Amino acid sequence: MEFKEKQAIEAFALRIRMAALEAIHSIGSGHVGGVMSISDALAVLYGREMKVRPEDPKWPDRDYLVMSKGHAGPAVYATLALKGFFPYEELKTLNRGGTRLPSHCDRNKTPGVDMTTGSLGQGTSQAAGLALGNKLRGRNNRVFLIVGDGEMDEGQCWESFLFASAKKLGNLVVLIDWNKRQLDGYLDEVLPMGDFVAKMEAFGFDTVKVDGGDVEAIAAALERTRNGGDKPYAIVLDTIKGHGIDEVEAIAMNHSLPVTDERFANWTAELKAKLDALEG
Amino acid sequence: MTKIVYNGETDPRLCKDVIGATVASLADGDPDVIFLDADLMSCSGTLKWSKTHADRAIDCGIAEANMAGVAAGLAAAGFKPIIHSFGTFASRRIYDQIFLSGGYAKNDITVIGTDPGVTATMNGGTHMPFEDVALYNALPHATVIDASDPTCLESVLRQCVNRPGIKYIRVGRKQYAKIYEDGSELPIGKAVTLREGKDVVIFAAGIMLHEAMKAAASLEAQGVSAAVVDCFTIKPIDADAVEAWAKKCGAVVVAENANRHGGLYDTILEVLAERCPVPAAVVAVEDEFGEVGTQGYLQERFGLTAAHIEEQVKSVLARK
Ligand SMILES: Cc1ncc(C[n+]2csc(CCOP(=O)(O)OP(=O)(O)O)c2C)c(N)n1
Ligand SMILES: [Mg+2]
Repeated sequence: MEFKEKQAIEAFALRIRMAALEAIHSIGSGHVGGVMSISDALAVLYGREMKVRPEDPKWPDRDYLVMSKGHAGPAVYATLALKGFFPYEELKTLNRGGTRLPSHCDRNKTPGVDMTTGSLGQGTSQAAGLALGNKLRGRNNRVFLIVGDGEMDEGQCWESFLFASAKKLGNLVVLIDWNKRQLDGYLDEVLPMGDFVAKMEAFGFDTVKVDGGDVEAIAAALERTRNGGDKPYAIVLDTIKGHGIDEVEAIAMNHSLPVTDERFANWTAELKAKLDALEG
Repeated sequence: MTKIVYNGETDPRLCKDVIGATVASLADGDPDVIFLDADLMSCSGTLKWSKTHADRAIDCGIAEANMAGVAAGLAAAGFKPIIHSFGTFASRRIYDQIFLSGGYAKNDITVIGTDPGVTATMNGGTHMPFEDVALYNALPHATVIDASDPTCLESVLRQCVNRPGIKYIRVGRKQYAKIYEDGSELPIGKAVTLREGKDVVIFAAGIMLHEAMKAAASLEAQGVSAAVVDCFTIKPIDADAVEAWAKKCGAVVVAENANRHGGLYDTILEVLAERCPVPAAVVAVEDEFGEVGTQGYLQERFGLTAAHIEEQVKSVLARK
């Protein structure tokens, strides 16, 4: 990746964080930790990897995103708003009565959201079905599935992985947000998951592990998946829950947090400083 | 002893704290009581206690169906499992496991489903159970409770642990209008009259009790005498109380924070049809999916307010 492009994607990731934070602040609290940890991957996906048309969100040949950890909706909404799928100002309707931006992703409400999620695990099978359907239709596109590491507790995830590799869904790319924490604390305290790479390989996935805060590494891992083939792909994103905001990273239980005016000001200032340093 | 102290004020306790304290005290008093959660101990008020009671508080991770099956196995091993998740997952997500490994196999389990109906607020439509009551109503011999307030919650939870079958308690995590004096006993299966009346009876449960009491007060000012009866036990319904009140008033309104199909309304209509057919009407969710918003917004959106109850009372009185 060229330096300029790398800079642009990093800036996009910071803007996603700032926009998501603005949305969450407008309603007072939200799933800050898991929004921040997945922002870099979303920036790479929507910044360079995915074929999408903001003016035609239902274009059948697009690449699809299934945010199975549906509580990261605000990160998706921030990304889509910045891409022009809907007006930026609409982010402030998050979770308001009648909104098109509910806390969990909803394919019938938000332009650009491809699947309805929120009950953890369910996005994985839906993504496998989308990938199978696209393959049967002869479409030349990919389905990107984002799964939380805690979400991987759900048996349904493993049923869908078994299915995806058995059906040779080389058009499916699973990104695991390995941020080490779920709702009640660290995975290692709640239900240790062991080695995700070994598990995904055992389930028949072409698997790599990358630094999930390094856009260049994520981009390289995603480029590999352009080749398709007989095996579905897994990318284990080694991330930090709350990544990008020091104070959030340091709060052990950062799954869902109130975002007060003071926090919003401080956290936005931190992100803005990083953006300024990047763009000069 | 059951003492009603309703005056419209809010009980200061959070229901999640009541769950946490009651579970801890039950486990203290009975070595067979064991608690399981699915990565939501922070939400059931049990997380802190779990850290010092690792053998009695089992975090199963985000794997509700497995949790239900494990609970069945623990029951077979002689334990009295209490399991918790949000109401959607504690009903739909585990239904086959709780039905077969639990109910059918006679492994007794207490299930707590938090954030019923519109109390799921900010978690939105995917987390908003309007159907949990119907699902558990359809499970043979199950006990189905829509807790009225923190006191009721504590009382029923204590009874459920030693009650056979599958017991499902739905309750919000936050605050409720205070209805019963602290420490009151609410025997499962017994409806409680919160307010006497003669023109119409409102059968209600859960958060709808507060709305029903507000409606009854407003109706009184308009010359309509409305009784309010707490049907926190939806199954087994207190059929004698339903019949007696229906006979006395000759008109019935049911108010529930759930889909109108398969819940308290249907349960009461069955009693009326078989024992005492009188005009009836309902205030419930009109066969819709949930959505996101504040509880106030959602109660308006789905018609779960005192004003809607008043409206239905008037419509049913016109048919009397
Ligand atoms: C089936 C189901 N069970 C429980 C929940 C409640 N819940 C929402 S997020 C969450 C923790 C998710 O942890 P993880 O997958 O690691 O997400 P992240 O750390 O990326 O936020 C839980 C338990 C849910 N949404 N769905
Ligand atoms: Mg996680």
